[in-house]
Amino acid sequence: MSISRQEVEHVAGLARLTLTPDQVETYAAHLSEILKYMEKLDQVDTSGLDPTYHAVETKNVFREDKVVPGLTREEALANAPQADSRTALVPKVI
Amino acid sequence: MDIIKLPALELGRLIAQGELTSLEATQAFLDRIKAVDEKVRAFLIVDEQGALEQARAADRMLSRGEGRALTGVPVAVKDVLTTAGLRTTCGSRMLHNFVPPYDATVVAKLKEDGLVVLGKTNMDEFAMGSSTEHSAFFPTHNPWDLERIPGGSSGGSAASLVALEAPLAIGTDTGGSIRQPASHCGVVGLKPTYGRVSRYGLVAFGSSLDQAGPLARTVKDAAGLLNVMAGYDDRDSTSIDCPVPDYTAALGREIKGLRVGLPKEFFSLGLDPEVERIIRGAVAFLESLGCEIVPVDLPLTEHGVATYYIIAPAEASSNLARYDGVKYGLREEADSLKEMYLKTRSKGFGPEVIRRIMLGTYVLSSGYYEAYYKKASQVRTLLIRDFNKAFERVDLLAGPTAPTPAFKLGEMTDDPLQMYLSDVFTLTINLAGLPGLTLPAGLTGQGLPVGLQLIGPHFSEELLLQAGHLLEAEIGFNRDHKPPEL
Repeated sequence: MSISRQEVEHVAGLARLTLTPDQVETYAAHLSEILKYMEKLDQVDTSGLDPTYHAVETKNVFREDKVVPGLTREEALANAPQADSRTALVPKVI
Repeated sequence: MDIIKLPALELGRLIAQGELTSLEATQAFLDRIKAVDEKVRAFLIVDEQGALEQARAADRMLSRGEGRALTGVPVAVKDVLTTAGLRTTCGSRMLHNFVPPYDATVVAKLKEDGLVVLGKTNMDEFAMGSSTEHSAFFPTHNPWDLERIPGGSSGGSAASLVALEAPLAIGTDTGGSIRQPASHCGVVGLKPTYGRVSRYGLVAFGSSLDQAGPLARTVKDAAGLLNVMAGYDDRDSTSIDCPVPDYTAALGREIKGLRVGLPKEFFSLGLDPEVERIIRGAVAFLESLGCEIVPVDLPLTEHGVATYYIIAPAEASSNLARYDGVKYGLREEADSLKEMYLKTRSKGFGPEVIRRIMLGTYVLSSGYYEAYYKKASQVRTLLIRDFNKAFERVDLLAGPTAPTPAFKLGEMTDDPLQMYLSDVFTLTINLAGLPGLTLPAGLTGQGLPVGLQLIGPHFSEELLLQAGHLLEAEIGFNRDHKPPEL
């Protein structure tokens, strides 16, 4: 499995990353090598098998719907790079 | 009395008996950090003022008669666990200025028991790496040989113990990040069963794999620290509600008749001959303790690396989507929202994190999901079956933690696949959610530590610690080897 420069740029876009031409080159090489290694998994017969997403069995957990203290608005916004007294601010979208 | 050399539970006992105050103990470790950390660089942040305040509070707790086994004992915390009011960076530029408004449950439990948080330890960025070289700030050096890596990603935590900068440390383990640095630094590290310790406030990397655990200089101290950390937490939906025993209670009980499996695959797959000799030596001690050694097969081990490096990056790419410059951390200004995302994320993440986000995004992307993510998740099912089958025949498994001793700084940074392959003996344990205990088994001819790994079924921490404690005494690592001079 070889991954092209265009594919690298496409995936970077999906992940909201911009890469320099050098980085595109490096990641194309590294990802190709890693994905080629992953072809190993084709040797394993997994037909009809359920996938595992969690290794330790848990079932849905319910708790009582009661009000408990949480962060204040001020605490929640303290780390926001840009905020007013009510909310985090971002560049204009529309 | 050389405070910094004492085992943690012994320190706790002396503090409880009034032979020493927490303030004196804390000051001794802070002084040690000042003296040696410029060489080791285990800490990202030393919280001198906070630690001294906590120490005074611990002394007051004791004078009120409210002390527990580790009250007043200092501890180093990996910088991936949130600490209220104390910067938490995850070794990343992305969070260089992040001051969490809350404590991780693990940290809250440490404070509740009166342990003293000395500071935050260095790590590979967002816990992605096996060497601590991927920290955005600086690499940590292995105290046994300062030109070598301490392992990773909890490299700062492991190095702080052997440098005598802390008597206890907290690490996290997604694919070996507690056990491999423990092995490389000659200390004890336990990755608990998935769900044993709360993940609330543990900054997420691979949510189905991440688990926090204790690092210490002795098995007994690791057991004492697990006592503080373990337990159900309703703020972590994957936390498991099952009773927490006193993990120190079973220590000293004999293990005669215990069946210990040696996975054949753990003694091939690039295992260094000297590491093999040391591990086999430790296994012989298990035999002399009356264990029955049984060869077992874990045939899918060789597919573990490929499976893990699909699943973990997939989970990471999703978890790290939250770093968007809006709510916390780095923000690069731009005219549009999308530009702001792109600039912030490209500047905030380092090369290894970008590599894993790219890999994870690729394997989850349309057209590749079935071939990679689903396939790996099915192989995960088979890997778990392998372990289940083995545990029908044996009580525990034993083998190496890492295929080689610590490598030199810079030796592997250009070869990511080679670095991934060095996790071959640890990451299948995370995929199966099992507990694993690493303890020092010996030194190589070059004076580098090698750690034996014991693996057990879910929730077998008590048995792992019980076996590890007896084995530790037989091996006599701490008796035969002084901590390296710094």
